Amino acid sequence: MLAATVRVTRDLDTAEESVQDAYVEALRAWTRDGVPDRPGAWLTTVARRKALNAVRGRETLKAKLPLLLEPEEAVVEAGDPEVIPDDRLRLVFTCCHPALSREAQVALTLRLVCGVATADVAHAFLVSESTMAARLTRAKKKIAAARIPYRVPSAEELPARVDVVLTVIHLLFATGHTAHSGRDLVRDELTGRALDLARMLRHLLPGEREVGGLLALLLVHQARRATRTDAAGRLLRLEDQDRSAWDRDLIAEADRLVVATLSAGPPGRFAVQAAIAALHAQAPSYPETDWPQILTLYDVLARLWPSPVVALNRAVAVAFVAGPEAALAEVEALERDGRLAGYRYLPSTKADLLHRLGRDAEAVEAYRAALALSDNAAEQEFLADRIERIG
Amino acid sequence: MARYAVLIFEQETPNGVADIPPEVMRAHLDLPDRIAAEGGRVVAGLAFEPTSTSTSIRGDLVTDGPFVETKEALGGVFLIEARDLDHALALAALTPIVNGGVEVRPLVDFQVVEPS
Repeated sequence: MLAATVRVTRDLDTAEESVQDAYVEALRAWTRDGVPDRPGAWLTTVARRKALNAVRGRETLKAKLPLLLEPEEAVVEAGDPEVIPDDRLRLVFTCCHPALSREAQVALTLRLVCGVATADVAHAFLVSESTMAARLTRAKKKIAAARIPYRVPSAEELPARVDVVLTVIHLLFATGHTAHSGRDLVRDELTGRALDLARMLRHLLPGEREVGGLLALLLVHQARRATRTDAAGRLLRLEDQDRSAWDRDLIAEADRLVVATLSAGPPGRFAVQAAIAALHAQAPSYPETDWPQILTLYDVLARLWPSPVVALNRAVAVAFVAGPEAALAEVEALERDGRLAGYRYLPSTKADLLHRLGRDAEAVEAYRAALALSDNAAEQEFLADRIERIG
Repeated sequence: MARYAVLIFEQETPNGVADIPPEVMRAHLDLPDRIAAEGGRVVAGLAFEPTSTSTSIRGDLVTDGPFVETKEALGGVFLIEARDLDHALALAALTPIVNGGVEVRPLVDFQVVEPS
């Protein structure tokens, strides 16, 4: 509804106000006349009418108006106002415009595309409501002052712009999946929103292969969500998870997407990550995973996305294909590289490899280093438990 | 159309403007035409002498050099008209750059430039 309304106002604040006003009017009208057949459509129509009035009222201040409405867009189009996919897509691309900071993109997407209340957005990102409100206001001011357009990018810009949107959705999911602090490892709200967004994008941009890749990746993570912690809420490693409890339907859906995406052309980074995750999800057990294939995929991923985090994950596959000694050498090279200083999964991966090589004293030391870097209660318990068992 | 300033930041060279390669200079001279061909308009342009010629005043203290020392110094500014930020970014990307980049900044509706 907001997406359809902002097209009339070209201004997010006015659109939000108009939507609020529509709800107020609905309360009055529906109490008097009963709920209409299609309440969503009713609300959208009223919100857009209110938005048009607001815009017309400001037309007298035309010179001051930051975003003028394009005449052809002022006409409320026929058809079902609930289903205007273009509007939602435009709103997504505006919220995820590269001229906005990542934190602004994430906050705007949650607030405006998903309709999450500011207080809840603030809670998800562990900042106060006033901080989040200020962040949203600054971002909306920039959209207005710099005239960030409200439209779907041209075909040649599209891949780069889609990548920003996918990165935002992935970040939303990851924030919900592994909350950095607090007791709750999974914030279902955020993961659910991120999955909805990925599905919507898949529906609206069927030709963008990376969208399919991201959706597949999120589906595999979602399929395993119930097994990521034990009954006491402690974190379980992939190798310790109960594979029989994984959601086979979601994994099958992800696998179909991966196959379709990979067969359609050269894969992007999300498609390769999805392929790796799907291989893990289909393996009967951790040792029986197709590690050589996973290593090959990591080689592809490292070329597409030269990140030290990818190199660290690749080292885990190296351990299974070439042994823990070879993997440790790669992890130590990453350690010297320095870019992963402060990244808690580096010392925990190193600790695991040292333990497998029988160098337990060094392993405990590395687990302690990881523990010092983690601020997540479930992870801290897991690491403390490892130290106790080995030390 | 909206107005934007395109701020050009370049690493400074010993002889300033004289060090600009001829093909870069030509590209600067062609810039208004190329921007017009893309549906925008150059409203005004200013090129600066090197920061070594600059003088700053902070309160009542007068010092030599630019107000803010940066690796890439502000070398010039031009004003463009564009449909929206995406259009402005596409136009600004046409700026010939040797060793630096540009910043695109929207202007408030406040006329200080002689209408051309």
